[in-house]
Amino acid sequence: MSLLELNDVKVHFPIKRGVFFDRTVGHVYAVDGISLKVEAGETYGLVGESGCGKTTLGRAVLRLVDITSGEVVLDGTDLASLPDKEMRSMRRRLQMVFQDPLGSLNPRQNIESILSEGMAAHGIGANQEERREKIRAILAKVGLPSNALSRYPHEFSGGQRQRIGIARALVLEPDVIICDEPVSALDVSIQAQVVNLLDELQEELGLTYVVIAHDLAVVRHISDVIGVMYLGSLVEEAPSDSLYAEPKHPYTKALMSAVPIPDPVVEEARERILLTGDLPSPANPPSGCRFHTRCPWAQPKCKEERPQLREVGDGHRVACHFVEDIESGVLQIGTDRAAVVPAARTEDAGIEAAAAKAAEAAEAAEDKAVEEKSASVEATDSEAAETDSTESAKDSTAQGA
Amino acid sequence: MTTSTKAAKIERLAELTAQNETSSGASLWREAFRRLKTSKMAIIGGVVIAAFIVMAVVGPWVAPHSPKALTWKDEVFLNRGEFVGPRGENWFGLDHLGRDMFSRFLVGARQTLLVGVVSMLIGLIIGAVIGVVSGAAATLGGAAGRRVDTVVMRITDIMLALPSLLLAASIAAVMGQSLTTVMIAVGVVQIPIFARLLRGSMLAQGSKDYVLAAKSLGIRKRRIVVTQILPNSLSPVIVQATLSLATAIIEAAALSYLGLGNPDPSVPEWGVMLSQAQRFFDNAPMMAVYPAVGIIITALGFTLLGEAMREALDPKLRG
Repeated sequence: MSLLELNDVKVHFPIKRGVFFDRTVGHVYAVDGISLKVEAGETYGLVGESGCGKTTLGRAVLRLVDITSGEVVLDGTDLASLPDKEMRSMRRRLQMVFQDPLGSLNPRQNIESILSEGMAAHGIGANQEERREKIRAILAKVGLPSNALSRYPHEFSGGQRQRIGIARALVLEPDVIICDEPVSALDVSIQAQVVNLLDELQEELGLTYVVIAHDLAVVRHISDVIGVMYLGSLVEEAPSDSLYAEPKHPYTKALMSAVPIPDPVVEEARERILLTGDLPSPANPPSGCRFHTRCPWAQPKCKEERPQLREVGDGHRVACHFVEDIESGVLQIGTDRAAVVPAARTEDAGIEAAAAKAAEAAEAAEDKAVEEKSASVEATDSEAAETDSTESAKDSTAQGA
Repeated sequence: MTTSTKAAKIERLAELTAQNETSSGASLWREAFRRLKTSKMAIIGGVVIAAFIVMAVVGPWVAPHSPKALTWKDEVFLNRGEFVGPRGENWFGLDHLGRDMFSRFLVGARQTLLVGVVSMLIGLIIGAVIGVVSGAAATLGGAAGRRVDTVVMRITDIMLALPSLLLAASIAAVMGQSLTTVMIAVGVVQIPIFARLLRGSMLAQGSKDYVLAAKSLGIRKRRIVVTQILPNSLSPVIVQATLSLATAIIEAAALSYLGLGNPDPSVPEWGVMLSQAQRFFDNAPMMAVYPAVGIIITALGFTLLGEAMREALDPKLRG
């Protein structure tokens, strides 16, 4: 049995309006039916562009947001239906590392207090002295000096703060750690340090990770299995190497083709798929396949029927009606939706031409979505900054390691 | 890369980061105090306030004459408009009843300070309690908590919508004329300000990642409020408390001026003195100037200190 299992998890945020008492006028379908399994000791990578719901999914696993429906099963216990009190004691086994290392540390608590608070809540260590001993050991493990204890978060560098965040998760001796963009707020040079530290800790302590990231290089380096999310659902899931070697879902293909290859000859010769349009609003997701508004291979069926994740060999799961046809070349790419750009061509001209051509087609499809966007909630905005970096995913981390 | 070399690297990292670091941590409060000490505004404000407090404490003992006795009543002729200005014996001159203005000024400081502090405390304590309840309910109470918050906040909105002086005047009218009335009236007006401020500040903190982190650690909600959210929400409230000391003094003076204060006019208080001076402003303008300048300088002192504290507590705000 898998250590962590998600069964059809949905998180829908109500959109409220009203003067005195808020009425629900709609929902944001942040996470819309996700099922996955994470085996003990492995690392599950979750990628997707900003606003696709990956952070919400991570928070749902920890029940930091209310789960609308579905099950989150940790070692046989369904967390989604657990009463608050029992959930609190289960939290010890399930910890989180946050994206913003400074924002996730209370600025008015010193490191000792930050690290011992969780231990006190779970009755680890009989007294503060015992806890301090343990904290010292963990600090050494994450590469922080023990004189850090009496100091405050603002006195540390970004990388150090993230290591404090990791230490905070570790003191509770969890089974699973959810890492929500663990390195995206750090300098590239520090990213490698933290990724390696996570790796090292996993080997030593047998931890299970769920790593949420938009940086494809980081995810590839750290993950055993990768799930690709688009607009609240999983579109593809496969072992890391196989996903990168052979992306099957159209969205994954586009995503992977955005990663530059560190070889000028190959980079010039290869073709890239440029997606057009924005992510549709999760408050008003498209019918059928969520991706059909932007998919270059979209067919009429895609509009009507929502594809389920299905096994297509060697642990590869894809949610697309036409994987086989795309694979065999029966279906050709539709140029009105996306442009295949040989990178050798002058970059700007190619992109502009493609954008102009695609804009018309996209407009019709997106009109509805754009309208809804104004009514959408902040939930999607918070990650807005990530979009660009998804496209220019860095390779430096993989190299640094 | 093998495990052992990785471990060695991490140890090296620890060594490197251990250098150049003192072992003592500086908390944000301590840093704020350090910044406060170097701020000119804080020093000026602090000196003014200190002088005011000293005056309020020792005033009645050092006053050269009795503030109530009509010692020189034969030297003042109201019907002829003859007043006595500053002179060797009476530094600030005499008031309309022949009392020593300087002594009244010194003794009056105590009443003024008392009114300011007590009414600020009324507003701060009740406002903070309402704010904490509302803020805690909104951030951690779920759907039911948000409803509690909405109701409480609508009530404070109503309180906030009333003109403060009018509210104070009606409270004073209902409760009768006394210094306590003035203090309550001025304090009540401050309640919604403190409540809204603290609640808003808690709401802003409640959505921060460290609160989420505390939740994911399994810390109890009440403890999250006390150890995580509250300490980070207090700075605007502390600043507001200082600033509202200034407004409280001015408002109390205004109420006294309107005749809603202490019914015994012989007890000196700066607002009362100002209101008494009004009738004789044509002939003896200095009678109004002393208490007015006293009120202005004291209020300025509290405002300066408040602004300096705002900057010290949150250096990012400095424009």
